[in-house]
Amino acid sequence: MKKNVRFVQGNEACVEGALYAGLDFFAGYPITPSTEIAEHLAYRLPQKGGKFIQMEDEIASMCAIVGASLTGHKVMTATSGPGFSLMQEALGYAVMAEIPCVVVDVQRGGPSTGLPTSVSQGDVNQARWGTHGDHAVIAMTASNHQDVFLMTVEAFNLAETYRTPVILLFDEVVGHMRERLVIPEEGEIPLVERLRTSVPEGVDYHPYLPREDGRLPMSDFGGGHRYNVTGLFHDMWGFPSTNPGVVKGLLRHLLDKLNNNTNRIARYKEYFVNDAQVLLISYGASARSALHVVRNRRPRGERVGLLELQTLWPFPVDVVRDLAKAPEVVLVVEMNMGQVLQAVKLAVDDPEKVFLANRFDGSLITPTDIRNILRVIQGKGI
Amino acid sequence: MPVRDYIRERFFPHLWCPGCGHGIVMNALIRAVESLGLSKNEIVMVSGIGCSARISGYLDFHTLHTIHGRALAFATGVKLGLPGLNILVPMGDGDALAIGGNHFIHAARRNIEITAIIMNNRIYGMTGGQFSPLSGYGTRATTAPYTNIDHAFDVVTLSLAAGATFVARTTTYHVQQMIDFFKKAILHEGFSVVEVLSQCPTYFGRKNKMGSAAEMMAYFRDHTTPIGSKAKKENPDLIERGIFVHKELPEYCREYDKVIERAMGKGK
Repeated sequence: MKKNVRFVQGNEACVEGALYAGLDFFAGYPITPSTEIAEHLAYRLPQKGGKFIQMEDEIASMCAIVGASLTGHKVMTATSGPGFSLMQEALGYAVMAEIPCVVVDVQRGGPSTGLPTSVSQGDVNQARWGTHGDHAVIAMTASNHQDVFLMTVEAFNLAETYRTPVILLFDEVVGHMRERLVIPEEGEIPLVERLRTSVPEGVDYHPYLPREDGRLPMSDFGGGHRYNVTGLFHDMWGFPSTNPGVVKGLLRHLLDKLNNNTNRIARYKEYFVNDAQVLLISYGASARSALHVVRNRRPRGERVGLLELQTLWPFPVDVVRDLAKAPEVVLVVEMNMGQVLQAVKLAVDDPEKVFLANRFDGSLITPTDIRNILRVIQGKGI
Repeated sequence: MPVRDYIRERFFPHLWCPGCGHGIVMNALIRAVESLGLSKNEIVMVSGIGCSARISGYLDFHTLHTIHGRALAFATGVKLGLPGLNILVPMGDGDALAIGGNHFIHAARRNIEITAIIMNNRIYGMTGGQFSPLSGYGTRATTAPYTNIDHAFDVVTLSLAAGATFVARTTTYHVQQMIDFFKKAILHEGFSVVEVLSQCPTYFGRKNKMGSAAEMMAYFRDHTTPIGSKAKKENPDLIERGIFVHKELPEYCREYDKVIERAMGKGK
């Protein structure tokens, strides 16, 4: 069969992945470098009967997708740093009320308005801790368009599986770069659909009572079950509660449902890790340069490997610890001041062998940058 | 259906203070829904934060109790997601027009079929009596101990300017009128706003020496008048009650259906 091959921007690959996953409601607000996602969806969604709405700001965009998710839609919004900051309050609401949704942050330089058209990976910790209060969240990323597509589909699947917001942390380089994308056939990637309750109409339905497998079946607004959804601590009916047992139980549940499944949620790629003396750990656009270093040095006999992270949160602690055991040097490659570096140091047995190769000037980190830093670490001089 | 069938008794007692006007609004809303014969399954009530917002928990509809000021943004998602639903959004004055002011004017501008009920008691009650954008110049509040120098919005003129296609105002004293306005607002195919002047004897009343709840309601009786009345001409300070606009303009979700038709016609 002839393959469906496209030559697209990363932002379009995200759109294709979302549509493949069953996206049928998008709300957003224009912001560089994510705007193409909104533009393409404004065109594509109504063609399949889906809905696109441009809201008055990112706050409203995030709120609108939560509302639409409750009517049974697969929903998404897309933004960049400043807009992602505005979304944090409603993102926390989606965590608390357990609303499946996907939030794309195509990262640019920050803080504040920062570098609107330049690359950065500075929102990694914001994705983890941007909204207030203890919580767990899923954040994923990708370094090439095929993986942007795949991770977008995965994001929708994980959002439905765990009834949670999933953040897609792309970056300006991946978002705007054009490269080949092969769109998979229907059915090639399994899709997770909304789990709806089997409780009959008229019978007491508990929107926040997990099944034995931990999943919480939903009931769409407009259906036969009328229940309350709130951002307050709530009981299994969704009614507000300040009962310490209820509060503790809910917070525990919100954290455990993701953290206890860290290894199931972990997506990553390994390149020459088995005998690596130097292990590069990278993600997103940085991982492209890191991979170039690996492929460039291997023929010269240098035992360099790469662990490319695609799930950033919950941080795949076991994967990183295991792979970091044997190498003499672990070099985290990223475009920020060391946000994943900190997580890696916490994960590994000997944090003193973990180093950082970074750029934070709006330019893509190059293989030469990584190579130079590696030479300094190895005492070889530049 | 009796009124109690619309109430979630599990949620009671409610948290409103004795004399609060919000219970009157809730009662009128139930009676409006009841007399229209709407199914509880067709109604989604979306609310934000504040005393007024707690109404959603007390009623047996699909209820979405959200975050401060954002109820209309959530409601927009619900409505566009499933346009067949009736969306009721009760808000306080601060919720609707301070933190939520931007969402309010844009929901009005889109003319999306949502009924916004502004329960205007001119104060932040839940947090203990701070001035709101509707307290008005010269009033007192815990954050205006030397009297308020902030001027108030006029909800009606703001709504009209923003593009709402149904705008009405009444008070908790005028319950029959309130029921009538709610019914018309719910049936209206477009964005509808009903402002209800509601008494907060605990904070606004006490800070501004307005007396008891009953005295505050008597104030509504004596200081409001039907639109265009002779009394208004003689005393321009009176607040007008009534329906200020009720017009047909293309509704957002119906317009989006046309977008879908155009997009599908175009093909791939």
